[in-house]
Amino acid sequence: MAFGDWLVRLDRRWIFLTMGLLVLGPLIFPLSLPLHVTPPVQAFVDAVDKVPNGSTVLMSCDYDPASIPEMVPMTRTAFRHLLSKDCKVVVTVLWFGGPGLVDSVLTEVSREFPTKAYGRDWVNLGYKAGNEAVMVALGQGIVNVFPRDYRGNESNALPVMQHVRDYSSFPLLVNISAGYPGTKEWVQQVQGRFHLPMVAGVTAVSAPEYYPYLQSGQLRGLLGGMAGAAEYELSRHEKGSASRGMDAQSLGHVLVALCIVLGNVIAFGQRRRSR
Amino acid sequence: MKREVPLLLTAGIGLFMILSFFVPHHFISVPADFLQNCAIIVVACGYVLGGANVLRVNLDSISKREAGWGYKVVLVVSLVVTIAIGIIDGIHGHGSFPGEGTHSKWIYDNLYTSMSGTMFALLAFFIASAAFRAFRIRTVEAGMLAVAALIVMLGRVPVGDVMTGWLPEPLRLGTLQQWVMDNPQSSAKRAILIGAALGVMATGLRVILGIERSYLGGED
Repeated sequence: MAFGDWLVRLDRRWIFLTMGLLVLGPLIFPLSLPLHVTPPVQAFVDAVDKVPNGSTVLMSCDYDPASIPEMVPMTRTAFRHLLSKDCKVVVTVLWFGGPGLVDSVLTEVSREFPTKAYGRDWVNLGYKAGNEAVMVALGQGIVNVFPRDYRGNESNALPVMQHVRDYSSFPLLVNISAGYPGTKEWVQQVQGRFHLPMVAGVTAVSAPEYYPYLQSGQLRGLLGGMAGAAEYELSRHEKGSASRGMDAQSLGHVLVALCIVLGNVIAFGQRRRSR
Repeated sequence: MKREVPLLLTAGIGLFMILSFFVPHHFISVPADFLQNCAIIVVACGYVLGGANVLRVNLDSISKREAGWGYKVVLVVSLVVTIAIGIIDGIHGHGSFPGEGTHSKWIYDNLYTSMSGTMFALLAFFIASAAFRAFRIRTVEAGMLAVAALIVMLGRVPVGDVMTGWLPEPLRLGTLQQWVMDNPQSSAKRAILIGAALGVMATGLRVILGIERSYLGGED
């Protein structure tokens, strides 16, 4: 068991170094591992496709910079998907650390559509404190809760807001969320109460929590983590940052799986020896 | 009276908000909207109170030279400087948001964003280390958990299908992980959600009926 003893005494910085190399390597030299679209992601794509062209969609981006690798690719692809359908997009943010990031991402994507203009085709209403209370209050009137957009314009004066009253103005809610307040609260406070159809993109670690909502039909589709974002990109024939990150994530997962197996083989050997 | 008035207010407003869920008449909905807006204002004021509390607690620790007081100096200076720059940006007519080109946006893009990302990225390293040293299978249940974890962890990423691509479709890791997510995982999660919802309802009723009083100051 000399090898086992060596592994037991292994400095954990070697594990850190291995993880670093396994993540960095595929980002520099992509492996192009094959991806396929899973049913929850396909359901998300189908739900957005079913939205009538030209309608106004509510998009809530509830995350902050800590979740950029998972949330931003979803936001980019969903926003691009909606703009390509000539939908108008009303964006809200319920995380105080998010508005600056979300505004940058949306502005960057909107530049790909020279005919789309801020205020006419999309608006970022920004952040409002209050979590679930904001969600319920939006049901009484969007402009009441967000009298000004993120850029300081009067919401009422923006062309995109002319036909927006409350949740009944939207055929779909697209929620990209990294935690609380997020998808769970939107389902409980808005989907359940106002019957607004919704789809969600969430972090990988929280995705299992939303499968019951997906199966009950309260969520029409679900993107789980970077894998979900990469599948969404694949279904839209895009090659974005999530697709590029999947090779790195794959090798990271393999290392963690190996660590679990190896750690337990060593522990099993030690237990046998101590008997 | 110090206890009865808050209890009566809680019971009255709690019952009223439940009523507003079922009765859309403006006689109910207008005051309910007002109360919702009050809640939003209270939460916003909470941030101000939270900021003031961070200052008070940390300034106190710094003045007493408690362990790690140097880090608290960094925290307080960062807090004050960020707020001050935000106010200056606002006064100079950059609007009510950290727009492009402002100092606030620079702080957000170059300090807040990168530091948040760094903190989250460190998780990958610690998870690998913890998986090696702490994830021990000592019981059958732990063994089942480990098997499910390995299936989902590898099946969620493309490498899972590469590793098992030679197997029939139903035995590939991608298919197995989808089955785990759709069936055992969802069933357990649904049970937890229903249990938690019943717990929330019971706690809500206890608060409205005045049985649960800890929110008044910790006394029963």
